[in-house]
Parts: sequence; C-alpha cells; structure tokens
Amino acid sequence: MLSENPSLEEFEKGLRDLLARGTLEFSNAKDADALEQARIEFLGDQRGKLREFQVALSKLPKDARPMAGRAFNSAKIQLTEAFEQRRGELAKASAHGSHRDLDLTMPARQQWRGAKHPVTVVIEEIEGIFRELGFTIATGPEAETEWYNFGALNFPPNHPAMDLHDTLYLRDDVLLRTHTSPVQVRTLQRYAPPIRVLIPGRVYRRDFFDPSHAPAFEQIEGLCVDEGISFVDLKATLTRFANRFFGRRPTRFRPSFFPFTEPSAEMDVQCGVCGGSGCGVCKQTGWVEILGSGMVHPAVLEASGVDSERYTGWAFGMGPGRIAISRYGIPDIRILYDSDVRFLERAGQ
Amino acid sequence: MNVSYEWLRAFVPFNETPAKLRDLITSRVATVDELVPLRSDLAPFVVARVVEAEHHPDSDHLWITKVDAGTGALLDVVCGAPNVEAGKLYPFAPVGITMPNGLKIERRRIRGQTSNGMLCSPRELGLGEEHQGILVLETDAPPGTPLLRVLPGGDTRLVIDVMPNRPDLLSHLGVAREIGAAVDSPVRLPNIEGADSSIPAAARVRSSGRTSGVDVRVDEESRVRRYMAVVIRGLKVGPSPEWLVKRLAAIESRSINNVVDTTNYVLHELGQPTHAFDLAKIAGPSIIVRRARSGERITTLDGAERALDANMVVIADAKRAQAVAGLMGGRDSEVSESTSDILLEVASFDPASTRATRRALGMSTDASYRFERGVDPALAPIALERTAQLIVAVAGGRVDDAPVDVYVADSLPNPLALRASRVQTVLGDAVPADEAASLLRRVGFDARVESTETVRVMAPTWRTDIAREIDLIEEVARLRGYDSFPDEIRPFRAGNVPDDPQWLLARRVRDALVGAGLLETRPMPFVSGAADGFVRVANPLAENESYLRRDILDTLSRRAEYNLARMQGDLRLFEIGAVFLPHGAMPREELHVGALIMGRRRPPHFSDPKSDEFERAMAFDVWDAKALAELIAREAYGTGAATIEQGADGELWTIHLAGERVGRVRTLTLDAPVWAKPAFGVELSLGVVDSTAVAPAGRNAHRASEYVPVRVGPYRPIPSQPAAPFDIALLVPDSVRAADIESAIRQVSGDLLESLLLVDEYAGKNIEAGHRSLAWRLTFRHPERTLSAKEIEGRRTNVLRHLEKTLNVRPRTN
Repeated sequence: MLSENPSLEEFEKGLRDLLARGTLEFSNAKDADALEQARIEFLGDQRGKLREFQVALSKLPKDARPMAGRAFNSAKIQLTEAFEQRRGELAKASAHGSHRDLDLTMPARQQWRGAKHPVTVVIEEIEGIFRELGFTIATGPEAETEWYNFGALNFPPNHPAMDLHDTLYLRDDVLLRTHTSPVQVRTLQRYAPPIRVLIPGRVYRRDFFDPSHAPAFEQIEGLCVDEGISFVDLKATLTRFANRFFGRRPTRFRPSFFPFTEPSAEMDVQCGVCGGSGCGVCKQTGWVEILGSGMVHPAVLEASGVDSERYTGWAFGMGPGRIAISRYGIPDIRILYDSDVRFLERAGQ
Repeated sequence: MNVSYEWLRAFVPFNETPAKLRDLITSRVATVDELVPLRSDLAPFVVARVVEAEHHPDSDHLWITKVDAGTGALLDVVCGAPNVEAGKLYPFAPVGITMPNGLKIERRRIRGQTSNGMLCSPRELGLGEEHQGILVLETDAPPGTPLLRVLPGGDTRLVIDVMPNRPDLLSHLGVAREIGAAVDSPVRLPNIEGADSSIPAAARVRSSGRTSGVDVRVDEESRVRRYMAVVIRGLKVGPSPEWLVKRLAAIESRSINNVVDTTNYVLHELGQPTHAFDLAKIAGPSIIVRRARSGERITTLDGAERALDANMVVIADAKRAQAVAGLMGGRDSEVSESTSDILLEVASFDPASTRATRRALGMSTDASYRFERGVDPALAPIALERTAQLIVAVAGGRVDDAPVDVYVADSLPNPLALRASRVQTVLGDAVPADEAASLLRRVGFDARVESTETVRVMAPTWRTDIAREIDLIEEVARLRGYDSFPDEIRPFRAGNVPDDPQWLLARRVRDALVGAGLLETRPMPFVSGAADGFVRVANPLAENESYLRRDILDTLSRRAEYNLARMQGDLRLFEIGAVFLPHGAMPREELHVGALIMGRRRPPHFSDPKSDEFERAMAFDVWDAKALAELIAREAYGTGAATIEQGADGELWTIHLAGERVGRVRTLTLDAPVWAKPAFGVELSLGVVDSTAVAPAGRNAHRASEYVPVRVGPYRPIPSQPAAPFDIALLVPDSVRAADIESAIRQVSGDLLESLLLVDEYAGKNIEAGHRSLAWRLTFRHPERTLSAKEIEGRRTNVLRHLEKTLNVRPRTN
C-alpha cells in the first residue's frame, strides 16, 4: 500500500514489488480460473493493485510525474505480457486436454479435388520440356480452309496421300483441320524467323468413334525455322525430348513420308514393357512409335512467303491422347472422351 | 503390303535372317509392321540323321533306330516306316512337341522298346498326302537344324507399310532393289523353268493397232499412259503348279487357276497389274479403251453390278464394256476352264483418273491401288514379256503375233542438280559429292559427279516421286542411314513468336477451375443441332451428330446425362474449347469455357447432420453458379472488368464485357433420374479465334510481336484506422431488388463506405405479406482518423432516409 502522498522513490519501489509479485502469481496460476483471479487482483479496472498506482500518479509532485508515468507504463506492459503469456500456455494445454476423447483416426472432411484432363497433363509436360529449349506456344482455328490444311502443306491434289487424312468438310473448300500443321503456315506467314513454336490443338478425322479411333482428338506439333537449321538439330532436339519424357531409353529414326516434310522420319523409343526384346505391346519389334517428323519441305516455306534457300527448318507432330492411353494403360480411347467423373477424378490423382 | 522372304531371296542373295531383314528395311526404306512366320507350327521340328536302324525283335514292320537330332546324344526311336535307312536325314519330332494334328509327342514304350520322339511322314507334317513312308530330306544341313530352314514350305511374310510417295516399292522387285542397295548385291529376275519362250517385239502405235486379228484402239489417250496387248492361243486353263501356289499363299493370295495366278504373280513380282480376257467372249474381236456411256452397266469379277458414268474409262469390245480401266475385269469375259485363247492387257492408267473412278465406285483392288500411286509406263513391255512367258510355261499355248503397244513416249524428265553444300545445310553433316552419287546409283539413279559441289542426277523412270533437289537429299539421308547423323544439340537463336494470348488465357482459367475443384473434360464437339443457327458437317459420320456445337453447355449436358446413367450425380465438369457459329464462308469460331455443376458441394463427412434439410443445403445452387461465373470472369477479363446482370428467357444471369454480352449462367434441363439434384451451367467466351488468312498464298505478313501488358490492380494502402461497421435490417417490398437497394445505399454513403455486404434474407413469420427482410452490413472507414459515433449515426440516418424516400424501403422494426 502506498501512503497518502507518496514520494517518487516510494512510488517506484512499490511498483517494482508489485511487478515482481504479479508476474509470479500469473506464472503460478494453475488454471484459467486462478489466472482470472490474479488478473482481477493486479490488473482489475476497479480495484486492481495497479489502478492504485495510476491514481497515485496525480498526487506526485509535478516534476516527478513524467518519470513516474514512464515507470507506470512499463510496469503495466510487463504485467500484461506476463498475463497474456500464461493465458496462452493454459489455452494450449486445454486445447490438448479437451480433444483427448476424439478418435483422431477418423477421416478428415474432404473437398472435391479438381483435375486437369490426362491429355492436358501430357500436353503441359511436353510444353515444359520444349520451353526449356526456347519454344513458345502458337495456336490456330479448327475450321480451316483447304489451302491452309492441304495446299500450303504440299499435298498434291487428288493424291493417295490424302487417304491418310479422311476429312470432315463444312463446305467445298472449308474443312475441320485434319492436323495442327496449318498453324505452321499461319505462323510462318505472321512472324519472320527465327521461329521456335509448339502447336497444341484439337484435330478432326472422319473416323468412327471406336476403341482405337476418335473423330476429334488432340495433336501437338513443333516447328523450328531459321538459317542453318538441319536434320542434326531435329535429331538432337527430339532425342533430348524423348530422353526427358520417356527416360533414357534408346531411340531410333526411320524413313517415312509426309507431304510437308523432307526428309521425313518417324521416331521410335525402345519398348518400355519388354526393353527391346519384343512383346505384344511393340508387336515384337522392340520399338514403340512416338512421333513423326522431318525437315520442313521447301514448298511449305515458299507457300508461306519464306525464302527456302536462306531458311531451313524441322517439324514434328505427336498425339498426346495416344501417349496418355499408353501411360495410364487405358484400354479404349473413348474412355478419354466419355467424361465419366470416376475416370476424371482418378486420372487427376 | 505383303512380301515373302523367300521370294525376295530369289531376286537378290542375302544372308540376313527375317528379323534382321525387317530391321534393315525399316531403317533404310519403309517400316515393316509385322513378320509372320509361315508354317510356324513346324518350327519345333528339326532335321535328324538315322545312325542305326534294326528290325524290332517282336514286330515285322517296326524298326529300332538310333537318331542324331543334334542334341549331343543318340536317341532311341521306334519307327514303322518302310523307307527308314541308316545315314539318311528325316524330319524329327522331339519329345514334348505337338504335331499339326494335335497329337502330343511323349516318351513311350512300343512293344517293349522305348521311343524318344518320332520320325515324320509328309502327311504327319501337313505337307501332303504321302503317309506310307517318312520324308527323306535332301540337304546338307547338320542334324538339329530347324526343319523350316530346309523345307521349301517354310517362309516368312513381311508386312511393309509402303508410303504413298513410293509406288515403286509395291512389288518384290522394288523391295529387292532396295535390299540389293543396302547389302551391295545385284538384283535379277528369278529364274523360272520353262519361262523362256521368245515373245515377238511389240509394234508401237499412236492410238490403234492390231495383234493376232484383234483391233486395239485407245480413245482416251490423256488417261491411258500406255496400253499393250498380246494374244495367247491354245492354252489350257487348270490348277497352278505348286511353286506358284506357294508364292501366292506366302503373300495371302488365293490360287484360282494357272492364268489368273500368273497375272497375280506378276503384279506382286514387278508391280504391274495385268488382265486376261477370254478372247472368245470379246465381240469384234476388238478392244476399245473409251469413256463409259452414261447409263452403261457392267458386272465385275466380284459379281457386283456397277453403274458407270461418263467420267470413267472402260475397256470395251465392239459391243460393251468388258472391264473398268485400272480397277477390275468384267464377269462376261472372265477366264474359265473352257478358255483356250486370251487377250492379255498390260497397261498404265492415269493415277488421278483411276482414283476418281475408284472413289466413285467405292471399291479398291490391288490393281487400282498401284495405278493410283503410279505404275511406270516403262515397265509395261517387261511385264508383258514376263507374263506371256509364264503363262506359256504354266498353261501352254503360244504367242503368234507381235503385241500391240499404244504409247506416245513420255518426255524425259529434266536432270536435277544436287549441291554438296545444300546437302550439308539440310542434313547438318558433310556428305561428299562422290559419296552422294554412289549412294544414288545403287538404287538406279544416273548420277554424274561434275565437281566437288555438284552432282547431275537423272532419276530412274520408276521413281515418280523425285521432282526437286530436296527429294535427292532425302534419298542420300536414308541410303546413308538416319542413324549415321549426329544428334548433338547445337547453338540456336531464340524464337520470334510470343506465346499465343488465348492459350495463356485458357491456361489461367483452367488452373483456376481445377483449383476450385472442377474436372476438365474433352468431349466430342458434335451435336444433334438444327438446320438453323448451327454449322453443319457436309459429310458427317452420323446423322444424329451432324452439327458442330454452338455452345459448350450442350456437350457438357450430354456428358452429365452419361454420368447420371451410371449413377454418378455429383458432377463438376468443365471444358475449354472451340464453338462454331454460321458466318459467311468460314464459320465464326470462338474459344469458350463452359462449366456444369450439380449434386453435393463437397463429399459427405461422417460428422454431417443426417437430415433432408442438410442434404438440400449441401447441394450446389444458383449462388454457386454465380460464384463460378464471377471466378471465370475475374480470371478471364480481370477483376471488375465484367458485369453480371440478371438474365431473361430462362437465363439466370448474363455476363457483359465492354458493352458486349460474353457469357451466361443458366439452370440446365437434363434427361435426369428422379434422384438427381438440379444442374447449373456457366459459359463464357474467351474471344474469337482468328481464322482469316494471314497473307495470300506464297506471301507473308511478317510483323514484330506486340507488347501485351500484364493486368494489375492499383495499390491501395492497408488501412491504419479502425473500421466502423453497422448493420441495417430492412423491410423490402417484393418489387424492389437487392441491387436497387445497394446502388441507393452507395449513392448516399460517399467515399468512406469501404464495403457493403448482404448478410441475411428472411421472409415469413413476422414479416408483412408481399415483403421480405434483407439485412446489410455497412463498413465505413476514414483513412486518417477514427470516425466518431456521431458521424456514424449520421450516415445510418442518411441511408435509411434515402431508402425510404426513393424506394419506399423502411427499417425492419420487429
């Protein structure tokens, strides 16, 4: 207790004692009730012991008041902190204690999980690898002119090469693109080389929806055009891609034919199932075909208004749907497109 | 295309096993899809030598033999054949294998003697009817050699995927030529006994001629590159000899009779289709190659009656069509048992014309397949001589007059220059001129090295695919082997093309929707549609899906029904894809995002209350749909850029961007079972897909990539002053909309109104009829000081007064 008109010394000493006792009481409080009792005793608004010092402040000599005020504030802050700290400790302990009866082996409350389509996952993975090699994304329309889809890509009119592209037509010279390659021409016309683009998109074929065909499916292709781009660059880039995508399995290139590339090459990776010794998956060849590729045919550059003597390039195309099928072991291509939620949820996991 | 391993070996000597040959052809020429071992049921049988043979002590006809089957030990084998003889070689079935008739060979005792396997007769091996004695093998092969190695019936079929640019590979000759180049061996026609009769040289004419009393005339010169005919008289139609049957069987071609088989044989040997007419059935006798008459009909060899039109070329006699040029002969003049004289046609029909006719008639034959891709006119005289010689060899008869040859020689192609520097540019590796020339010569090119830089090249007549320098570069690359080129990464320049903005946009929206728990789909974009307002596919696969969709919700609704039919009612589907609207010549194509939600908002949890009320509250409702629309709009157009307005005509809301309607939210009507929850759909446009031409053919419109700024909101200081929130509960007549009240509140609240949040809606007990109660929380905040109680009270009074005055909305008092 302070005297009626305390001196500064008395005030400060009393404050120190109060702080020491209060801190001790707070930290010794066994539970929330005891702590609350201690709070009222020291920090209570009406009869708290600290309150007494606040009242006493005004009775101090004028010149002692600033010093005493600072001491008071400091003591109040320290006491409050001590109280809060103990309160936190008790709350934590009680949180543990009050949940002791829950059976924590029971399942959590779930949210629906979203998922990208497996084909999107494959496309984004391919995109990621090619981005490291400096490729960006280009796209184009699905309804195309015959010229962009065939003419500019060096398809001879009325040629059996067209048989591989059974086409859905909208009008005489307007069709649903049969491959993403028309975007090669659009890109070559729009931007000057150097060009390094990846072209994902939906394409159409006049194929019945059956276990191994879909009338609409996805393709992703790449195009690289600049001065001095060669077959070595094609092999190097695609081999690098295959090693990143399929693991370090041997690859091979074999002759093929596409009207818009020459030389044309198909790329195989060694069968991952049998390791090259031959099995049902690879039809006993030991190899699995993954993409078609080739050097951009000069006729395509010429059709796109690009100097075919100065520039050379390569291109490739592959089916992310087919890759998804083999990766997930999907027995029927229609499962990719039927949109059964049980498939989509599982594929996203 | 099917080829036979043994047949190829008759053209060119090579030692590669079938598997090695497959790899060789695949890596240098064309992909071999499949290897089919023929008579693979004989694969476990081996060649064995009988070392000793003694009579069985308890039998008149059995022998006890000791057999060397290459196992290192002599086997005791009991044999009942009269012709077993020590020292000779026979087919042997070891213990454990299964005979072609299904009998399993086991070790067994025959009259007290152990027998470890069986020596086999032709009939037991399925090689003929002979069963009196075992098959004596005339071979040098050591015991233990697989039987198929020494037996003529053993062969392997290679199925080659020949690309449309290489019609020259559609024959054993063509494939053999490539093998010869790869193994560096000469190629020659297989020698066939008796096929050496001399055929008189053909007489070349411009449009018509005569052979052995038959007039031959070609009216359609532009569509028939060469037409040769020869008459063979006095032949005898009958079964083909065994070698011919076997050759055809190896490539899966059925034997018919010796004449037809020979024409088939030559087609596969040389790639030249030919046709034999029964001369007795040819009116005139004359052969006229002309256009079909409109309304003309023909019954082809397959028994089908076909209607012809004036765009088709036929081979006719004096009266009527006897064959469809390049496709198939007619039944009337088919070679039969009674045929003794034939007219043999060896022609080269125009590819485009054959293709058009083939498509119009909806049929394809071995002949049309080759004519469509191009049959070398220079091959005709060779094939004619070969076919005639073979027919005479297998069916008798004679050629008594020089063949007719209607042919206006094609002009020679121009020589091409192959530059070594260009080879290096395209292939990335130096191939010296003389190496390139020697590679080309191996496959029949005429290649002259003019300098270290230039090779002058003439392609052989059968290489119709060679038109410019790049074609020669491809030849050099593949003949040298693609694997001979390095695959090191070389320095490159960065590209000039920026990422497509629509792709980036789609990716943002997709990531947001996946994050919100939705499942991405990629369904087929065809719908049942209607003649008006939809883009129709001219040649659809199915009439009930002959239109392209004009909105994604149409497709997603069908996918939802698919799931409902499989008892799946908790659906959160979305798709980002193209939709099509009629619009002049090209459809208007837009990139849309569509989302469909129905069913539970989250998976059930054991702690959930078990009540119908809770079930209902847990299901997706219109507010979830609105939230989804806002989420997409925010991702797609930026925060605050789009407005959402109340919709009409069955739509809940419409979304607007810069004055244009870009999306909508609606309740979906599905073909749904009774237990299904309501379904909601959201669809927004992510922009028009540009399908205009970038530049005219052969031109470019090169431009610099434009700067696409990143959208960011301005910085707003984090508040340092306390907020002053208060609630107002209002009694709202049904005619007044929440949005009206919100805008009225904003009107009088001034800049200090930080947020306005609807916190409750209530109607029913204690609320006047025709009204509902709505409650808002208004939060005011001054950036620099604490608002006084008086200021806050003043604002509350202002707001309430304004609402009452303008909207007749009063505070709720109970």
